[in-house]
Amino acid sequence: MEKEKAKKIREGDVRTATRLIRNLEDCIPEAKQTVKHIFPYTGKAHIIGLTGSPGAGKSTLTDALITSYRGKNKTVGVLAVDPTSPFTGGAILGDRIRMQKHAEDPEVFVRSLATRGALGGLSNAVGDAIHILDAMGKDIILVETVGTGQQEVEVINHAHTVIVVLVPGMGDEIQLMKAGIMEIADIFVINKADRDGAQQLHALLETMLNMAHDFPGGWRPPVIMVENIFDQVPFRAKIAELAGKINEHYGHLKDSQLLVDRLRRKMMVEIKEALRTLILEPILRELTESGEFEHMIEKLISKESDPYTLIEELVKRLKKDIRSRSSQNK
Amino acid sequence: MTQRKIRVMVAKPGLDGHDRGAKILARCFREAGFEVIYTGCHQSPEQIATAAIQEDVDMVGLSCLSGAHRYLFPKVAELLKEQGANDVIVIGGGIIPDEDFKMLYNAGLKAIFTPGTPLTEIVEWVKNHVAPRS
Repeated sequence: MEKEKAKKIREGDVRTATRLIRNLEDCIPEAKQTVKHIFPYTGKAHIIGLTGSPGAGKSTLTDALITSYRGKNKTVGVLAVDPTSPFTGGAILGDRIRMQKHAEDPEVFVRSLATRGALGGLSNAVGDAIHILDAMGKDIILVETVGTGQQEVEVINHAHTVIVVLVPGMGDEIQLMKAGIMEIADIFVINKADRDGAQQLHALLETMLNMAHDFPGGWRPPVIMVENIFDQVPFRAKIAELAGKINEHYGHLKDSQLLVDRLRRKMMVEIKEALRTLILEPILRELTESGEFEHMIEKLISKESDPYTLIEELVKRLKKDIRSRSSQNK
Repeated sequence: MTQRKIRVMVAKPGLDGHDRGAKILARCFREAGFEVIYTGCHQSPEQIATAAIQEDVDMVGLSCLSGAHRYLFPKVAELLKEQGANDVIVIGGGIIPDEDFKMLYNAGLKAIFTPGTPLTEIVEWVKNHVAPRS
């Protein structure tokens, strides 16, 4: 059954793929079983992350990049993430609006995801969703994060090439000096560069880059100014320049140790994610269902115990369970 | 932990650009805890059907105020069916004369809401008739 699904996905079946992504988002345990059969077929796509503040133009750039890649006959998958309401659990997924002109192109598959409480600017399902698009045979996978602030850097764990999209008027040079999102760019885009302050931002960014004495693998992030989308000819030229830089970066990764480094980082995250879903979540589920979780909370409120003692006791009990189970199996 | 969520799409087919209602409804669905894909104005039925399939939605809500619903709504339902997605529920809203209801229901629409319908009524309808698929 799972093998059959995986095969369908590899053959490019959109319905099976999007349903599997949904089951992963909904944390249906069987969905992970299907991923087992997909994983061996991954690793071929170039994964590109786009991040930046809300309204910076990530979706519009994604759309323009789709057009550019389709012009080169590359197949494209897009994962676009938008935030989930912490109050109602609902979400408006609106990135697709900018990409609808590709809706009738069968080689473009766009899937929106809600964060569902994940904090890094993506969804917990995004890693597996990337695998799915990869196994479908998409040459290029564009991952668009939620509108980010300073600290949502999760995208570097998934993408080969990270594009940070900036717009003028978002603060002074101190903002550019801060840790976090400014450190993760492989390519900077200054979008809406026809607006006031764009040249200044460009200069500040270059100054900041000049101050760095060492770039990992020798790649200095280029800065690309993208002007008004309504002026189509220069806009398209800038997008071509951006696509060229993305390609150049991928080549650089391949020619240096960097691709291996990124792959290792990605696999590390995969292991952590699997630990979380296969160990932490079942334990949490059992504690919740048995009512023990509530007991624990009360013990903490009444100061009868502390979090570390509680979990140490739990770990001891779990270890004992595992031992008695394995001796039964012998 | 396992948590099923209703996914819906709100779309405006055709040349009508009056999207206030569709946006309010999208927002309302969000507040009801649904994941709402909003695709914007001026969509062809083909674009809407493909997006609905790619997004794996349980329901598509179509809004049309221009009078072209007699062509556009059934066309979306038909395209979904053609692509094997007849389990996607299609509902419609807008300025729709009573005498068109029958042909729209016959075309596969499951509900039609006209101006003046309280938003809560639409949300309740969705909660009662749309189940997240597995």
